[in-house]
Amino acid sequence: MAHGRPAILAEGLEKSYGETRALGGLDLQVEEGTVLGLLGAERRRQHHRGSHPHHAPQTRRRAEVTGLDVVKQAGELRSRIGLTGQYAAVDGYLTGRENLEMVGRLYHLPKSYARRRADELLERFDLVGAATRLVKTYSGGMRRRLDLAASLVFSPPVLFLDEPTTGLDPRSRLAMWDVIGELVSGGTTLLLTTQYLDEADRLANRIAVVDAGRVIASGTADDLKARVGGERLELIVTERSNLDAAARVLAPYARREGNVRVDADRRHASATVEGGAKLLAAVVRDLDAAGVQLDDLGLRRPTLDDVFLALTGHAAEQPDAESPASTGRTGGRRDKEVA
Amino acid sequence: MNTSIDARTNKALPPRRSRVYWALADGLVLAKRNLVQIPRVPELLVFSTIQPVMFVLLFRYVFGGAIDVGATSYVDFLMAGIFVQTVAFGSMTTGVGLAEDLQRGLVDRFRSLPMARSAVLTGRTIADLARNAFVIVVMLVVGLLVGFRPEAGPLGWAAAIGLLLLFSFAFSWIAAAIVLMVRSVEAVQQAEFIWLFPLTFASSAFVQTDGMPGPLRAFADHQPLTQIIDAVRGFLLDQPVGSAGWQALAWCVGILLVFVPLSVSLYRRVAAR
Repeated sequence: MAHGRPAILAEGLEKSYGETRALGGLDLQVEEGTVLGLLGAERRRQHHRGSHPHHAPQTRRRAEVTGLDVVKQAGELRSRIGLTGQYAAVDGYLTGRENLEMVGRLYHLPKSYARRRADELLERFDLVGAATRLVKTYSGGMRRRLDLAASLVFSPPVLFLDEPTTGLDPRSRLAMWDVIGELVSGGTTLLLTTQYLDEADRLANRIAVVDAGRVIASGTADDLKARVGGERLELIVTERSNLDAAARVLAPYARREGNVRVDADRRHASATVEGGAKLLAAVVRDLDAAGVQLDDLGLRRPTLDDVFLALTGHAAEQPDAESPASTGRTGGRRDKEVA
Repeated sequence: MNTSIDARTNKALPPRRSRVYWALADGLVLAKRNLVQIPRVPELLVFSTIQPVMFVLLFRYVFGGAIDVGATSYVDFLMAGIFVQTVAFGSMTTGVGLAEDLQRGLVDRFRSLPMARSAVLTGRTIADLARNAFVIVVMLVVGLLVGFRPEAGPLGWAAAIGLLLLFSFAFSWIAAAIVLMVRSVEAVQQAEFIWLFPLTFASSAFVQTDGMPGPLRAFADHQPLTQIIDAVRGFLLDQPVGSAGWQALAWCVGILLVFVPLSVSLYRRVAAR
C-alpha cells in the first residue's frame, strides 16, 4: 500500500442512471484504519439536464483504493477489498461452509486454506452450529453475518459496507455492530453507507452527508452536531388544544424567532435553544402561567437527525424492512430464500 | 486481526498461474457449486426428466403407429430425436439458472472477487453438461424399456454420446446469450421455447422430412438439429451417416465459436452496470 495516501480517495465522481444523476461530482477521502459513514438522501436525486454547473474537469475525476486506480488496476484491487451489499450475496442452496469455501477458492486460495479460513470465519461469526445447514434456512441476521464473513475471506484492508443492518431486528443489528467494531479496531478501513443515523453515529469516525450526489458536509459526528448548535427543548402537552399556547410560550426562547416545530398528532413542540437548565426553569414557569399542562418536557442534544434535517431540509430516508427493493430482486421459484 | 491468511502479510498466496488456468479453475469451482445444488432441488431434475419421458410414450404409443419411417422400426427411429430434443430443451435449465443468478445478489459477490469473469458462464454450462449426461442415460433406459434396440458398436456409441454432449454444451451457450439479453426468469422460458419449439419439430426428430411441404422441408433438411439427429441416429443404429456427421460437428463447433465470446462479452456488459 502506498504510504501517506488515503485508503480511499475519490475526486469528482459522477454516475447517472439514465436521466437520474446519482453522483454529481463526489469527493471523498478515507484515511487508513478509519470509518467514513456516508449518509444520503435518495429522494433528492436530481434529474440531469444538459451540462451540470459543477462538472469536474475530465482530468480530475478519479478514484483510488489503497493507492490503486479503480479502473486501470481493477483486477489487482479486487483482492484488497471486501464488499457487502444490501442484499446478502450468498447462495441459499449451499451450506454456510460451502459458501465460504467457494469464495475462498474464487480468491484462488488452495483448497486446504480455503477450508481452514471458512472454519475460522464461521467460528468468529457465531455460525458454527449452522455451518452445515443450507443458507436458505438461515435467519436474516445469520445471512448478513455470513455475507460479511464472505467479504472477509481474504482479509481485505478496505471494506465497503452498503447498509449492513437494513431490515435486521434490533438484536441482530447490535451483534452486527459489534462485529464491525472489532474489524475496525483490527485496522480495517471502512466505507459505510447507511440511512440509519444512529448507525453512523455509533460506527463512523467521520461522516459525510451526501445530497444530490455531492458531499454537502463532512466531519465527525460532534462537528456536525456542533454545526447545528444548541440543544433542543422538547415538550408534549396533555391536551392537544394547548399546543398552540405552548408553541407561543416557546417562541421567544427559540434561537431563531419563529423556529418552533409543532407536531399536532404527537402533541409535540420543539425548538433549538441555548441556556441549558436555567432556561428550562423559565420555560416551565411561563408554561405554568399560560395554564399549559405537560406530559413531558426535556432538553436534548442535537442528534444526527437534526443535522441531517438542518443540512438537507428534509429527513433522511428511512428504509423499511419490507421495502420493494429488498424483495424486488428475487424472482421465480426461489422467492422464499431472500429474507 | 486473528487470521492465518492475510493479504497484507502473505503475498505469496495465491499461486501465480496463467489466466487460462484460472478461468478454467474458477469455472470448475462454480460448476461444482451448481452440481451440488441439483440434488437439493430434486423437483427441477425430476420435472425436466418427466417431460421427455412423456414425449417417448406419446410418440411411441400414440402417434408411432401412424408414422411410416420405412424399414426401421419407429421406436428405433424415434429415440435419436428424443435424445436431441431432450438435450435441446435441457438448455432452458442453463437459461433459468443463469437468470436466477443474475437476479439474486450473488453476481454482485462474484463481481467483487478477483475471479475470471467468464467463470459464471463456464461453471453453468459445464454443470449442465454433466446434468444432461445423466438425463441422456435416463432416457436411454426408458428407450430400452419401450423396445429401443440400438445396434451400435463401441465406436458408434462413443460417437453418438460424444456428439450429444458437444451439442448440449453448444446449446447451453446459446441459452446463456439469450438470458444475458433478456435477463428475467419468466421471459427466459418463453424466449427459449420460441426458438427451440420450431427447431425440434421442423426436423427429422419424429418424422422423415420427405413428407413435409417444399419450403418447410428445405428448412428442416438444412437446420442443425436435423444434421445432429441424423448423425446420432446413424451412429446408434449402425447405419450410414453420410455427411450428417461432419455437418453436425461443424454446427456445434461453429455455435461455440460464435456464442462463447458473444456470451462472455454480454456478461461483462451486464456485470459492469
